[in-house]
This record gives sequence, C-alpha cells and structure tokens, in this order.
Amino acid sequence: MDMLLALATAGLILSGSAFALIAAIGINRLPDIYTRMHAASKAGTVGSGLMLLAVGVHSGDLATLARALAGFFFFILTAPVSAHLLAKAAHQVGYSLSPRSVCDEMSEHEKRI
Amino acid sequence: MSAPDTVLSVAISIGLVALGIAFLLTVYRVIKGPTLPDRVVALDMLVGIVIGFIGVIAIRTGFTLYIDIAISLGLVGFLATVAFARFILARGGDGSSEAAPAPAEAAASGSKTASKTAGRAGGRAKAKSASLAARKGRKA
Repeated sequence: MDMLLALATAGLILSGSAFALIAAIGINRLPDIYTRMHAASKAGTVGSGLMLLAVGVHSGDLATLARALAGFFFFILTAPVSAHLLAKAAHQVGYSLSPRSVCDEMSEHEKRI
Repeated sequence: MSAPDTVLSVAISIGLVALGIAFLLTVYRVIKGPTLPDRVVALDMLVGIVIGFIGVIAIRTGFTLYIDIAISLGLVGFLATVAFARFILARGGDGSSEAAPAPAEAAASGSKTASKTAGRAGGRAKAKSASLAARKGRKA
C-alpha cells in the first residue's frame, strides 16, 4: 500500500514536471504570441495542477486532497479566462500573427464592424 | 531507506531538475520576448512553474500547508494577467508592435497592389485609433 502510494505520487510528479518542461520548450520554439499562449496556458496549467494533485495524493489526508482538488479546478477555470483576455487584447491592439499563419478570421470580423 | 522512500526521492530529484530547466527557459523568453504580450504570457507561465516547485517542496518537507500558498499564488497570477491584459488594451499598439511599420514599407515599395493593401491597412488602423479615441472620450 505504501509502495502504491509512492508510485502514484512519483508518477504525478514526473508527468507534471514533464508537462511544465514541454510548455517551456513550446514557449521558446513557437513563432508568435498566440501560438505561445497555446503552449503556456494548456500544458503549463496541467503541469502545475498535476503537482498539486501529487501533494494531495501523497498526504493521504482527505482535507488536503480536497484543497488540492479545489486548487486544480481553480487553475483549470482561470487559465482559459486569462489567456482569452490577453489574446483578445493583443489582437485588438494590433499585434500581428506570424507570417506562417493560414487564416485570421478575427480580423475579417473586426473589418465588418 | 525503504523502497517507497527511494522511489519518491528519485522522482522528486528528477522533477526538480525538469522544473528548473523549464524555469530557466521561461525566464529566457521573459528577457528576450520581442513584445509585451510575449513577456506577460511568459510571466503567467512562470507562476505555474513556481506552483509546481511549491508542490514538490511540500511533498519533500511534508508541510501540506504549502498547498494554500500555491492556491493564493495562482489567484495573484490570474489577477496579474487580467490586469496586464487591460493594460495592453489601454496602452494601444504603439512602441514595439510589428504591425505599425509594415504599411509604410509596403507603400515605399511602390507596387500598385502593395499600396492598395497599405491604404486599406492604414484606413483600418485609423478607424481603430478613432474608435479608441472615441471610447476614451466617452470614459472621460
């Protein structure tokens, strides 16, 4: 039972840090703000959420697990909101997409207004 | 040292190294980032990585109170990102925006289609700045 708990915690720690590392690589490799946002706000959020879940599983205490789950859900709820606000502000102000982008439906929408 | 402790300490070491590399890569983006939104995205990501660090340290030391610190740090990071988004919106597209110099270059090249697209882009920019000014006037 102890071994199982340790293995579960170790798996959560390893996958969480792997997600964070992948997000950091993505934030350096992708070409413009909008694609970088896609790496940071999805993989980064899951990385930190899995770390919190690892703490909750490792403690073996229901109160701690509940707090960890609450934190996880809080991050999952707030990350898309902040990313959407930031992307909308950047696009509205005129930060351009990478030249490799295929289509920008938002700019046609803004032109119609 | 028993077997579960060994598994856990190895996982903690690997996790700390991976998080450290991720932290340094993100700091590099904050320093280099060509535009302000790039830096804001990287700072948001930095908060997430620090939350991961706090989680690993909580497992290592056994203080589960660290979870509350991580949750409040996440709240602060969310509010900071929202505030930065409002700031970018209020500041407008001056300074480091790459969109501004492009129409001038296209007009200088002299081609008919280029000047046409430049005119359209300039008109759109003018309309946008006019609407921004109108909004500012209404607010004031």
